[in-house]
Amino acid sequence: MIRPVKIANAAGFWGDQPDAAARLVAAQPDLDFLTLDYLAEVSLSIMAIIRAKDPSAGYARDFVDVLRSLGPFYQAGGKTKIVTNAGGLDPAACARACQEVLKAAKLDHLKIFTVSGDDVLSVVGRGLSPIGSIPDVGRKARPTAGSAPAEAKPFANLDPGAPLSSIAPRLVTANAYLGAAPIADALRAGADFVITGRVADPSLTVGPCLAHFGWKPTDYDRLAGATVAGHLIECGTQVTGGFSTDWLDIPGNDDIGFPIVEVSADGSCVVAKPAGTGGAVTVPIVKEQLLYEIGDPANYLSPDVTVSFLTLKAESAGENRVRVSGATGRAPTDSYKVSATYRDGYKAHGLITIFGHDAVRKARQAGEGLLRRLHSRGCVFRETLIECLGTGASVRGIVSRMSDTHLVETVLRVSVAADTKESVERFTKEIAPLITCGPQGVTGYATGRPKVLPIFGYWPGLISKSLVKPIVQSLPANHTNERE
Amino acid sequence: MSANKSKTIRADSRNSRAKLRIPLREIAHARSGDKGNSANVAVFARSPAAYAWLREYLTAAAVETYFKPLGVGAVTRYEVPNLEALNFLLPDILAGGGSRSLRIDSQGKTLGMALLEMPVDAAKVCRSDKL
Repeated sequence: MIRPVKIANAAGFWGDQPDAAARLVAAQPDLDFLTLDYLAEVSLSIMAIIRAKDPSAGYARDFVDVLRSLGPFYQAGGKTKIVTNAGGLDPAACARACQEVLKAAKLDHLKIFTVSGDDVLSVVGRGLSPIGSIPDVGRKARPTAGSAPAEAKPFANLDPGAPLSSIAPRLVTANAYLGAAPIADALRAGADFVITGRVADPSLTVGPCLAHFGWKPTDYDRLAGATVAGHLIECGTQVTGGFSTDWLDIPGNDDIGFPIVEVSADGSCVVAKPAGTGGAVTVPIVKEQLLYEIGDPANYLSPDVTVSFLTLKAESAGENRVRVSGATGRAPTDSYKVSATYRDGYKAHGLITIFGHDAVRKARQAGEGLLRRLHSRGCVFRETLIECLGTGASVRGIVSRMSDTHLVETVLRVSVAADTKESVERFTKEIAPLITCGPQGVTGYATGRPKVLPIFGYWPGLISKSLVKPIVQSLPANHTNERE
Repeated sequence: MSANKSKTIRADSRNSRAKLRIPLREIAHARSGDKGNSANVAVFARSPAAYAWLREYLTAAAVETYFKPLGVGAVTRYEVPNLEALNFLLPDILAGGGSRSLRIDSQGKTLGMALLEMPVDAAKVCRSDKL
């Protein structure tokens, strides 16, 4: 029986704690793999904007710094391999930057592989292929990432109405969520670091399991178990106490440890965290993360396997250890999920604090007056929003403990969206003047003018697996392996 | 849904029976997340009795009514008995979601906490306890 494989997560999103990886390997040098997940739904479109200004910057540069921080660990003989989707839009550029770091640290012997082929912008942009629309999480089974049966009809948005042709000229990115197989190929070929573009988040964990255990692509129950393990750790500290309902009761919630899954040959896993770290791994916390961003629990779709969560069992396996077993899987569908993004105007949010009696009335009137003034100056917005934070504005109309008139303080948040930049830019210059033309008691303005932010429309769809060719390359690119 | 059940889940703390009501968080915990313009909220029972109550009273219709002010579409409920949980899918609740929504909570981070503030009839929970 092959020993369990220990896989940790050191980043749940682009912007997570920069020292998580170094702290993990320091606390637990016997980790087999570190995974770092940088890509949320619209992350690639943000990379596209950065890349437009700097062609070499289409990836998560944070990872290069993470790798640099691990130099001493590898120089001391550390063996932990890394699998990450930090490659974003340009895994090759990310790999080259990492190669420079390794060279500087005299670690040239370590091998970097890239997984690419996920970019399907040219296919989607033509709008010609047999791509089907998919319902997202709220409409039907729509898990974190994956695929669903393709229908032979044009790529269609979930948002009612708009056909692909209406946004095709504004498309910024279109990427298929690749699976675990090319990651496993890279690891079998000797990779120490696998840098991918878009892959399904759990596949960052399933790939190492495939390579470690030598599972067959049809070992569906095992793949299902590994997919659950990957799903559990892909958001970092959310499975070790972060984001939990009873967060106040979590010991050491000021420095929660990043998670580790110990995956066994049968696909079951134990969720854990390094000794001496804060946070907690308990059955209630693990249950919460099991259903995080899940649609139909009987049909969690990944490119590797379709998983049922209805057979899972979560049980305590000691202090800060929870065993998750019983996942059942069946064949994946014949399509990949695609995330496409397109430019859709601009927005900005302005924040200012208002203190004093009638604070909420004053805030609302100041916000409404600001928008009227801008309108009278010729600004055109397609959407505006006034929120008085502190009044239950996050879920307005649902939860409110007391009448707004009792509040002595509120944060006024005014937001605007427009098709063109000019009106939004003008808006950003009108928040500060509220200090002198608004009510007495306006404060909290120290962070400068709000930023004008591009809006990206999000367009999920499906693409037939036959139209996508995952590419595995070692660096320097002397070896290319197209799957299938 | 019977009129009786409907009354049980009405979010009205000024109701004359307010003293009989407890927030859902007393018997459940939750987690919410986004996908595009939609969200899910998973609700987990703190005890087997609480799960019996959740299954009977925390219906898709009740949750849909509760979240109506945010513009939610038709809510789907999935039972997850092995985790003593219910998973609710809340379509079109994020005013555009992720990059597009102007709301302070564009990603549904607060929806789990919001649902846990739902007042529930303590007497009914106690009866479920005896099941």
